[in-house]
Amino acid sequence: MQRQEEHVDRIIGILLRAGVLTAASVVFAGGVWYLARFGMLVPNYRTFHGETPDLRSVGGVWNGALALQPRSIIQFGLLLLIATPIARVAFSVVAFAVQRDRLYLAITLVVLMVLLWSVSGMGYAPR
Amino acid sequence: MMGHGLNSLEFSLIVCLVGAAAGFLGALTGLGGGVVITPVLTLLFGIDIRYAIGATLVSVIATSSGAASAFLKEGFSNIRIGMFLEIATTFGAIAGAFLATRIPTSALGVILGLVLLYSAFLSTRPKPEIRDSDPADPLAERLHLNSSYPTPHGWQAYRVQRVKTGFGLMFGAGAVSGMLGIGSGALKVLAMDHAMRIPFKVSTSTSNFMIGVTAAASAGVYLNRGYIDPALAMPVMLGVSAGSLLGARHLSGAETRALRVIFGVVVAVLAVEMIYSGLRGRI
Repeated sequence: MQRQEEHVDRIIGILLRAGVLTAASVVFAGGVWYLARFGMLVPNYRTFHGETPDLRSVGGVWNGALALQPRSIIQFGLLLLIATPIARVAFSVVAFAVQRDRLYLAITLVVLMVLLWSVSGMGYAPR
Repeated sequence: MMGHGLNSLEFSLIVCLVGAAAGFLGALTGLGGGVVITPVLTLLFGIDIRYAIGATLVSVIATSSGAASAFLKEGFSNIRIGMFLEIATTFGAIAGAFLATRIPTSALGVILGLVLLYSAFLSTRPKPEIRDSDPADPLAERLHLNSSYPTPHGWQAYRVQRVKTGFGLMFGAGAVSGMLGIGSGALKVLAMDHAMRIPFKVSTSTSNFMIGVTAAASAGVYLNRGYIDPALAMPVMLGVSAGSLLGARHLSGAETRALRVIFGVVVAVLAVEMIYSGLRGRI
């Protein structure tokens, strides 16, 4: 039991580090490109306008990243980062299923659903 | 500072350096880099607090996930306690994130200042290690929350108490985290430490795991509301991650004591300034 959990912990540790590293690399690459193209512009964050719709949803960010928009590529990296803890929860779902721990399978599934619902923006995203 | 017309390149480099310093000190002191980023971005750079919160929240996920592998190696985390309490914090985080889109930004500034002051105060208090064996909560038994953790004298068993109170407090910690874009690790540790009587090392590393999951829950709301600006979040996230990676490597040592005090004072000053600016309606 103890050894099995140590094994699971090691995999989770690798998963998290890989997630953060991948996300940071994508953000960095997008950032370099963004600054190379728009680095001389003066940014304004003093007043809040909110991001454009294509940077507000998973689908929009994906399309923008495919079109090689620098801001969308950064945002895609940030989405990878947000996905990292979610992947960890998904991994725990599998681990509890393997252990036949029904109670914690249910608890972990609830957490996973809440996370996926939040990121998808289903039911609350402004139209 | 923004009013002086820094271009994106200069702005990104400065924010990245500030983020690195905050991440480094945040990891050394255990307060987390997120606690100072939002005040610095709003007070020094004049950035709207909503953009600042969105950028900080993202970097909180990076530091929590980056530190997790170190915590996992030590064997203190209790995944069942973490998952069970995550139900409370994720719902709390989403509620808090929605609340943040409704209340005035000046109120957000005041609340953030108060939470910062409280976190700084908590970090100065001594941390009790081994508990007397009080009777366990039957609910903890049913949820299999009781476990053991490694100490220099072998495995030490612990029994979790007041599960319902802890669950309720965690909803609050999640709401604070979602509303202000911070990890609110101090509040999570408090709930686990004081209400549930979980040993400090277990509560710290379990809370680190929970911070990432809680932040991911509110990040969804912020993303869909347009609070996460890629060009601002980029230097913040990269700076804070690099800084906290460096900071985590220098965790031991006598000089951290002095740094802890200095960082605590910095946090307190920023907190007071945040409350003052919020009350004056300048945020």
